[in-house]
Amino acid sequence: MSTTTTDLQDEIDAIEGSHAGHDDHHHGPEKGLLRWVKTTNHKDIGTLYIWFAFTMLLIGGAMAMVIRAELFQPGLQLVEPQFFNQMTTLHGLIMVFGAIMPAFVGLANWQIPLMIGAKDMALPRMNNWSFWILPFAGAMLLSTLFMQGGGPAFGWTFYAPLSTTFAPDSTDFFIFAVHMLGFSSIMGAINVIATILNMRAPDMKLMDMPLFVWTWLITAFLLIAAMPVLAGAVTMMLTDRNFGTSFFDAAGGGDPVMFQHIFWFFGHPEVYIMILPAFGVVSQIIPTFARKPLFGYSSMVYATASIALLSFVVWAHHMFLTGMPVAGQLYFMYATIMISVPTGVKVFNWVTTMWRGSMTFETPMLWAVAFVILFTIGGFSGLMLGIAPADIQYHDTYFVVAHFHYVLVTGALFSIIAAVFYWLPKWCGRMYNEKLAKIHFWWAVISVNVLFFPQHFLGLAGMPRRIPDYSLQFADFNMISSIGGFAFGASFILLTYIIVDAIRNGEPVTENRVWESAKGLEWTVPTPAPYHTFDTPPGKKQILAESSHIGEH
Amino acid sequence: MLGSSKKYIRSSQKPRKSILISLFNNLLKLPKIYLLPILLSPQFAFAEYGFNLPEGVTSVSKNIYGLHMIIFWVCVAIAIIVFGAMIYSMIFHRKSRGAVASNFHESTAIELLWTLVPLAILIAIAVPSTRVLIDLENTDEADMTVKITGYQWKWQYEYIEQDISFFSNLTDTQRNAIKDDASREGMKNYLLEVDNHLVLPVGKRIRFLMTSNDVIHSWWVRELGVKQDANPGFINDAWAKIDKPGIYRGQCAELCGKDHGFMPVVVEAVSEADYATWLNDQKEKQKAIAASSGKEWSQEDLMAQGQKVYSSTCASCHGVTGAGIPGVFPALTGSSIANNSDPKGHIDIVLNGKAGTAMQAYGKQLSDSDLAAVITYERNALGNKVGDLVQPSTIKSAR
Repeated sequence: MSTTTTDLQDEIDAIEGSHAGHDDHHHGPEKGLLRWVKTTNHKDIGTLYIWFAFTMLLIGGAMAMVIRAELFQPGLQLVEPQFFNQMTTLHGLIMVFGAIMPAFVGLANWQIPLMIGAKDMALPRMNNWSFWILPFAGAMLLSTLFMQGGGPAFGWTFYAPLSTTFAPDSTDFFIFAVHMLGFSSIMGAINVIATILNMRAPDMKLMDMPLFVWTWLITAFLLIAAMPVLAGAVTMMLTDRNFGTSFFDAAGGGDPVMFQHIFWFFGHPEVYIMILPAFGVVSQIIPTFARKPLFGYSSMVYATASIALLSFVVWAHHMFLTGMPVAGQLYFMYATIMISVPTGVKVFNWVTTMWRGSMTFETPMLWAVAFVILFTIGGFSGLMLGIAPADIQYHDTYFVVAHFHYVLVTGALFSIIAAVFYWLPKWCGRMYNEKLAKIHFWWAVISVNVLFFPQHFLGLAGMPRRIPDYSLQFADFNMISSIGGFAFGASFILLTYIIVDAIRNGEPVTENRVWESAKGLEWTVPTPAPYHTFDTPPGKKQILAESSHIGEH
Repeated sequence: MLGSSKKYIRSSQKPRKSILISLFNNLLKLPKIYLLPILLSPQFAFAEYGFNLPEGVTSVSKNIYGLHMIIFWVCVAIAIIVFGAMIYSMIFHRKSRGAVASNFHESTAIELLWTLVPLAILIAIAVPSTRVLIDLENTDEADMTVKITGYQWKWQYEYIEQDISFFSNLTDTQRNAIKDDASREGMKNYLLEVDNHLVLPVGKRIRFLMTSNDVIHSWWVRELGVKQDANPGFINDAWAKIDKPGIYRGQCAELCGKDHGFMPVVVEAVSEADYATWLNDQKEKQKAIAASSGKEWSQEDLMAQGQKVYSSTCASCHGVTGAGIPGVFPALTGSSIANNSDPKGHIDIVLNGKAGTAMQAYGKQLSDSDLAAVITYERNALGNKVGDLVQPSTIKSAR
């Protein structure tokens, strides 16, 4: 072997960020663009993930604008039905796999090592790889739009046989893109688990971990269990399309409903993959601005774990109308409404954390409070949807569209925005413009409700989802919803400005503890967080002092 | 109050001349949204105002409506408690008001309480839900059975006991209004009208059997409380006993491809006597159709009928002009099959479809004369000029 000992040592140091008597270039980031290609640093990779997610958010959002523009009034004005279906499909896929999931992985990359006193992620090179798969997978998915026959037009749930026998040729590219996104997620999840279980400060017990770390640990297990099922589903699609199998074709002995079982066995845990880290974020932010320890830390952990377990046994509540036997429907109804118990516990805990606190409402707190209220509204409609007989009238209507946008936009996305405002000063050592950020908050929170609240009425009034044109009695609410949609879409222009302005010209922040009563190890490192942190792990005393649930010990 | 709300909904049917004018009109209407809480109060039959589910005209739909309202009010009650506590806290426990943070962070008693109370509420909801579900899934003891088959993008209805079967398409008038603002103006039931209604008697227990010929569809009529997926290769069931004569409209509820938004369902519930008359008419009609395929057709008749069949059956994929959609649906204009001087291949693909594609076997759907007409039309219109005629007798022997 030609590799010398020094080269090997260099490499180890590069990964570990070691100080041990080596050249200076190991201490800081590499210069130039190659830094971002080659980086194994958790902070760099976290940044990459977040910017990627933000780009995808804007692309997926642009598609939502096309949808709302077409639905602005009855009749077809702007796009053809086939293209409309491509927009709804890609909007869903891009928001789920391109925006929300990568954004949370980005937050995990930045925050988990900082919050558990670790030097870096446990598997830094895999970390690099799992990020760099994403832009290629995303580009491949988007490229289908420009292929003959257009992109996938069968909804983000891609039910067979619409997605097999009746799908455009580009579907095979879609399948490959989903496989790549799955690889990336699984590797990200392995990394999170390995990091949390092996790399946290030796004196930090599991029940000392901040809630964000806990929720991510549980989410990572969900990812590892769910993503391979998705890979299985798309692989069966691939062979049905190209190799003469009949998994989902009754004519060959298959069953199209089996596709739905497989899809939702992935799909239901997936929705918790997108919301559990949000619970974690909010559980960090509310205690900080209520100046009070998180209420019921251990019940929060247990509630998260039980939600995660339940998420694997309720999948068929998406399928009440597929012709399930009564016993099946009853079981899935009971199991589904059970989830509202641990979810309720979480909401009650957040409210009680605020109770008799000493609250201030900086931007991250505003977003967190909006999350609690609006996510709970999404939870209520979720409870209604879980009642199997009532679901007959709600299923596949705009009521469902309203429901999942309340949990995913005002739930998951709001928590991500909250997290970015909360930790941005620590990441870049600069403060965002509080006044503009508050204007943006109110703009977004009002417009998002104008956008999605009328959709409840549309659904109850009988408007099916995924239609490019509608009967005249739905005209008014659709127009209101579209106006809200355009306003909400425009709010992201302001958000982009606020973030870029903060990074470039924001007022410098020098305190380690950016927020006066914030708890957590991330607030013990200098601001902005140096390229390498926690070369030596924090001690027991510091861990306990920084616990956001003091008094548990 | 009541009157103004009615106006609000009726005005929504009004045509829109330009986006700006309509935007302005809508802004004027916006304040009425604030009346929502009043409209949502139970003494208003708010179903007609398009905010809520209708009670419907079957025992199933009424049971579902009852459940829906129970869960709704439970959610409202919980929301008032939770959001009330939050808002109180946000007002009074602020630092700017001099609030000092207390330090409590757990209480087994209260945590137990807010686990058990919701559990009890859930059980209270689950009991009636179970009862309703078991009732609506029981399709036994039906007086009659209708088999519903979903096609891309229309419905077929078969009256099993009567040997009657027909297709139900969005009407051409409706389809033409999709891109024509002028004809959409004031149109009643835009996108919700079909050529052949599903006529059903009131007071009979009707069993529906749902299946599909291609992709998954879902047959939905809100007033009947019936929504059931139609899966290719499998049969699902549902039932309804309609209380009141009337016309009840619905749509396909499962994404089924390009024209998913354009396959409405129209149920016409009539008295038993009217139903018997209708049945007779249908049987006469089917006899007439059978007779028409025996005779020789003229070119004009074939082309005229062919154009009708083409626009209701073929145009949604192959396009009104025959251009298709490149990469998804092949063009007929200039197609080698439609332009071959021997019509055999053309007849074959229309009769038997093409396996593994969206091209269906129309032999099962259309009469000999309709098939002859539409094939003749495709060969001599849409930019094609083969110059031959295909007669119903040719189709009959090709079957």
